Amino acid sequence: MLLKRIIVCLDVRNGKTTKGIRFKGNVDIGDPVVMARHYYEEGVDELVFYDITASAEGRRLFLDVVERVALQIFIPFCVGGGIGSVQDMRDTLMAGAEKVSINSQAVKNPRIIQEGASRFGSQCIVLGMDALRDPSMPSGYRVVINGGRTPTERDALQWALEAEKLGAGEIVVNSIDADGTKEGYELTLTRMLSESLQIPVVASGGAGKPEHLAEVLLEGKADAALIASMVHYGEYTIPQIKEYLTAQGIPVRFSPSSLTNRC
Amino acid sequence: MVTIGIMDYKAGNIRSVLTAVQYLGAKGIISDDPAVLKRCDKLIIPGDGEAQAVMEVLTGSGLGEFLREYFQSGRPILGICIGCQIVLERSEERSTPCLGFIPGEVVRFPRQPGLKVPHMGWNQVHHDQSHPIFEGVPEDSPCYFVHSYYPVPRYRENEAAWTEYGVSFVSALKKDNLVALQFHPEKSAAPGLKMIENFIFHC
Repeated sequence: MLLKRIIVCLDVRNGKTTKGIRFKGNVDIGDPVVMARHYYEEGVDELVFYDITASAEGRRLFLDVVERVALQIFIPFCVGGGIGSVQDMRDTLMAGAEKVSINSQAVKNPRIIQEGASRFGSQCIVLGMDALRDPSMPSGYRVVINGGRTPTERDALQWALEAEKLGAGEIVVNSIDADGTKEGYELTLTRMLSESLQIPVVASGGAGKPEHLAEVLLEGKADAALIASMVHYGEYTIPQIKEYLTAQGIPVRFSPSSLTNRC
Repeated sequence: MVTIGIMDYKAGNIRSVLTAVQYLGAKGIISDDPAVLKRCDKLIIPGDGEAQAVMEVLTGSGLGEFLREYFQSGRPILGICIGCQIVLERSEERSTPCLGFIPGEVVRFPRQPGLKVPHMGWNQVHHDQSHPIFEGVPEDSPCYFVHSYYPVPRYRENEAAWTEYGVSFVSALKKDNLVALQFHPEKSAAPGLKMIENFIFHC
């Protein structure tokens, strides 16, 4: 049986994670490589790194982070932010990422989805979509770009279907309404996309407690749930969340943190 | 030190395989040169990709013929993902003739409502400990899959593990010195690393 995935998201600026973190013991706070390794050992199923720097220097530091992460964790990870061309995708994949995520750039130039998918395979191409509730749109949700600041004319469901057709292999749907509220994911939109698309749907925005993950994986029919602050600030650990989900009858992955002699 | 040849045939992210091999304390060499690979103690056929494109590269480059010789030499080979498919006789993916080291074929997941294809994510691998690659790997360990086609070996003796996804399919193959995994052990956390370690030191 395919297991539901828990994905932790890390925002990286100039080579450092921007959200603080309260780990136990002597952990180098803010180092994305150390954080990645920590979550890997805790049993996270996948990681996403977003580059939120704008400078070329920041980009170089970011790719260096990606390369160092790839040496430390043996699970898939995705990289987003600042990817606007096939060359950017190649650089990121060559640095060791499994997948690249494109958001605003795909709205501005949908062909990049197709180019990326035919070049690297659909499994590498993740569409990130920020959506805002809007009753005037056919699905009830409008696509917004530039971190939620700029509304577009696109309907969220239509755009997701188009991206799937163009070759996106997965979609991360981030609700601008729910983001940062810690009051739960946007269930209606997530479920609508899960029922309409063939590709996996990852829910993002609004998670504050394990109950919210259970809701979006069951009612929202999401394939995966993305979390950030609920683990970054030490409120919850990955095992705590997974134990809760298991008690709710949701199949998730458990495996020992190490079996080899190496580590 | 054991030297592991990692065959480069332009299929997907093979660097992560090298990373895992080095992490586990072996020497890994990525190469597309049969002369270089021939000197390696063991060989990994990694990668994602599409059967026809991969077979064209293998045939055109002489790597297909090299693989046949390496297999016949009796030295250990580990196939991963597409490397688990091309060792069969043919693939339904654009009706592609494959290497034929193991009798059987590769078919697509059935088109049925609610079954998303590709099969992507973590799924349990049931194995019967019949192959040393699974030594010390817990039964039903979750492993990371990304694929739309799966192997169907003709004989039960070539089956080494099974996974459920719409159908029950064979997720690992074995024959003589060849073992092949449909999932990505290099991305399957501790159980996957254990399999690579077993391949390096115990196969």
